[in-house]
Amino acid sequence: MASSCRRPEHTAPPDVFYNEDEAKKYSQNSRMIEIQTQMSERAVELLGLPEGQACFLLDVGCGSGLSGDYLTEEGHYWVGVDISSAMLDVALDREVEGDLLLGDMGHGMPFRPGTFDGCISISALQWLCNADKRSHSPPKRLYTFFSTLYSSLARGSRAVFQLYPENSEQLELITSQAMRAGFSGGMVVDYPNSTKAKKFFLCLFAGGTGVLPKGLGSETSDRTVANQVQYSGQRDVRPDTKYTGRQRRPHF
Amino acid sequence: MKLLTHNMLTSHVKGVTKGYPLLIKATEVKVNEVDFNPKFVCRMIPKLEWSALVQAADQLGHREDLPGELVPDYEKNEDFLKKVHRVLLEVEVIEGCLQCPESGREFPISRGIPNMLLNEDEA
Repeated sequence: MASSCRRPEHTAPPDVFYNEDEAKKYSQNSRMIEIQTQMSERAVELLGLPEGQACFLLDVGCGSGLSGDYLTEEGHYWVGVDISSAMLDVALDREVEGDLLLGDMGHGMPFRPGTFDGCISISALQWLCNADKRSHSPPKRLYTFFSTLYSSLARGSRAVFQLYPENSEQLELITSQAMRAGFSGGMVVDYPNSTKAKKFFLCLFAGGTGVLPKGLGSETSDRTVANQVQYSGQRDVRPDTKYTGRQRRPHF
Repeated sequence: MKLLTHNMLTSHVKGVTKGYPLLIKATEVKVNEVDFNPKFVCRMIPKLEWSALVQAADQLGHREDLPGELVPDYEKNEDFLKKVHRVLLEVEVIEGCLQCPESGREFPISRGIPNMLLNEDEA
């Protein structure tokens, strides 16, 4: 289990993992800051906000406010939600411009309908897939989160989540709950052929039909890896297997 | 917590149907200067629950002469937009709590951050 031990969400719940020591890294470690800022830039680009307009945005899992700083730089106003009070303390010390809330994504987003022009979230969504308490049910918490997020977004706006999926089942769980909550959209994968630079962005549309943006670094790809997956609710049925000769049922 | 955030915030305790507006009980309020962006204020006004904003400003003692009804043609009324800007973005609640009007549940605010975490039986 060496590889799984490197995933922070396997070590402790987010409010425990992001303690003072861990939070300090997010204000001092320049490499961490650089990566976070880059991912925020890309997430905002994927939001496709109208040019030159100051927007009201939600940052889920805002942490120490690194992504928020980028939003402020771009002239937007934002509200950040995070479950770790140590991380929010760092955000306070860094004097971020946005308003901060201590909250759990899995309890739902406590906002009036149509509040935000968009939502970004950097490296936070995978935490919801863990059951940290006996009463936690990941599918239920994901659904509560997505359905309340859907209603708090203005129609036609987008939510972009950068995430580190653990495996395809986890991605499937996340996207299926998002679709159930009413979102459309799909996954954009940047640099699909690179192990290090590869980044997953879940782009969700709240109402309206959007065209999924293209992943970066696809020019060099030999098209063996699809770098964009559009979820339409219908899946292809694989051809009949040659091994048993058993016919596959038509799906659904 | 800015009053813009307060205007959008609802109580999400299980079983509550209309947890809005949250009652503010403030023990410390601060006014922070923020750059005036008339375009943004104009865009936010239609989204606001005006009566809740006036009530919140009143509770904090920062209503000044904010009218009880939204004025017509506010887009061109810079004086009015400046007042709204001040109440929305400059007045901040630092210490105190928010109370759900339906269940009476209190959400503490410390260092300007409302604690919206729920207990397991409330989620």
